[in-house]
Amino acid sequence: MKRSHVLLGLRYLGLLAILAISVGPFLWQFATSIKGPGEDVFVPDFIPDDPTFANYAAVADVVPVWSFALNSLGVASVNVVTNCLGAAMAGYALARLRFRGRRFAAVVFASSILVPFEAIMISLFLVMRGFGLTNTLTAVVLPGAVAALNVLLLRNAFLALPAEVEEAAVIDGANAWQRFTRLALPSVKGTLVVVALFSFMFSWDDFLWPLIVLSDQEKYTLTIGLAYLQGTFVQNQRLVAAGTIIAVVPLVLLFLLLQKHFFRGVGEGAIKG
Amino acid sequence: MTHRPYTPWLFLAPGLAICSLFVIFPFLNMIVLAFTDASALGGGTFTGVDNFVRMAQDPRFWAAARNSLLYMAGVVPPLVLLPLLVAVLAQKVVPGIGVFRTAFFTPVIASTVVVGLIWTWLLDSRGLVNSVVEALGGDRVPFLTDSGLLLVSSMVVTVWRGLGYYMVIYLAALANVPKDLHEAAMVDGAGPVRRFWSVTVPSLRPTMVLVAALSAVNGFRVFSEIYLLSGGTGGPGGASTTLVMLIQSTGRGLTGEVGYASALSVVLFVVLLGLLLVTLKLNRREDQL
Repeated sequence: MKRSHVLLGLRYLGLLAILAISVGPFLWQFATSIKGPGEDVFVPDFIPDDPTFANYAAVADVVPVWSFALNSLGVASVNVVTNCLGAAMAGYALARLRFRGRRFAAVVFASSILVPFEAIMISLFLVMRGFGLTNTLTAVVLPGAVAALNVLLLRNAFLALPAEVEEAAVIDGANAWQRFTRLALPSVKGTLVVVALFSFMFSWDDFLWPLIVLSDQEKYTLTIGLAYLQGTFVQNQRLVAAGTIIAVVPLVLLFLLLQKHFFRGVGEGAIKG
Repeated sequence: MTHRPYTPWLFLAPGLAICSLFVIFPFLNMIVLAFTDASALGGGTFTGVDNFVRMAQDPRFWAAARNSLLYMAGVVPPLVLLPLLVAVLAQKVVPGIGVFRTAFFTPVIASTVVVGLIWTWLLDSRGLVNSVVEALGGDRVPFLTDSGLLLVSSMVVTVWRGLGYYMVIYLAALANVPKDLHEAAMVDGAGPVRRFWSVTVPSLRPTMVLVAALSAVNGFRVFSEIYLLSGGTGGPGGASTTLVMLIQSTGRGLTGEVGYASALSVVLFVVLLGLLLVTLKLNRREDQL
């Protein structure tokens, strides 16, 4: 009995150590963001003498950080909708409809997964320029609007559904679109939530592509806006810190809200794979 | 199932359009451009393997390729082992475990850029880490201004962020390790450390191979961490530039050398595809065991 108490104590000790390592840097950033102009930010002091939120207002005065956040939010939201809908439609066709050329379609998606974004980014920029879309948020959204990986994820989810229900619906005269929206989609909610979450996070996180395709400050998404903020106001860490905290908070809230789905969905995928 | 012959194509249209226009076509175009001297303004004539000959003689290419390889070699071992230890600690359902797991995942939730900026500040020449070093009686360490240390610092950031990410993968795999194996080992008198090495690690081998492959591919593709920690410069004299950074800086802007950047992209693609094939092969061998 005593031995197991010692082991439990050691486990908590380990957990607390990792907690400090994972969350500590965020706390330090937050502490920096609420330090007033009179306080030395280089002194390793986590609790400011005179905490203030003035830096959050000040950062918005020097760069339009809220409009960056709004751009990111817009891009990420559109990305969620197009991925859930577009990938579900394609996944449904691959899993549930019989037709000539299905293999061809599957090959297009499978080979898209194999192409790393970094290898095609320069060429992709030329494509966007061909469409006259450079320096627009549309160009930021388009390449990831229907990710091939999500198509395959949803195809697998649809394949796992029993076929009988749909066969009955066919007899009742339901067409493919009705079967898709009324029967199939509601049954893969779990996978859809995972696709939505990953699409949002991927889009909110994306740095390299917006960096290449956007050039006007007013079009900036939050990630490149923050890099710009750091480059320009490197001498005032309080502002940079406030900017990063603004960027973290929405994601942490979203994650806490959907956490249950997230860990469950990740587990499901790993077991199936 | 009954449907009109064109119905499936309506379902597929958005996905196929996006993937062919913005993945497959740029990919094929990249391969063509790699054999031309195309510039950002367009044009370009066929130049055969000139770009690749130039690459072989370009010290910037060799430095970037070396940095990317070093990065990959540096992050894979810690990313295979450390998240596994975290997962073993976080696996058992003890009071408050949800809070711990969520907290460990926070660095993944925060975007790469945020993480990069936070660590830039931590590792600043007068930042928190150096304050601690000084308080302990050491000299300030040039984490961000020495090209070698900049690479190591970026690796630390990648590993720090990977802890929570790969922990989730390991947690899912740990849930599948049969309990009776552990119980049998306990009956035989094996302690926790012994059980970790002789029960947990062998049962998780396929997952460890997967994590090694994922972290190797992501390590070779590194861009954001080094870009951010170096403030976009790639370190002193660009000495810490990686292959992806080199592609980005070569191909972008009005002076972009699209042909040469495409040739560099071909090399990147071949290496990443090679890594992927090795993984698949390893996975298959694991399945047969």
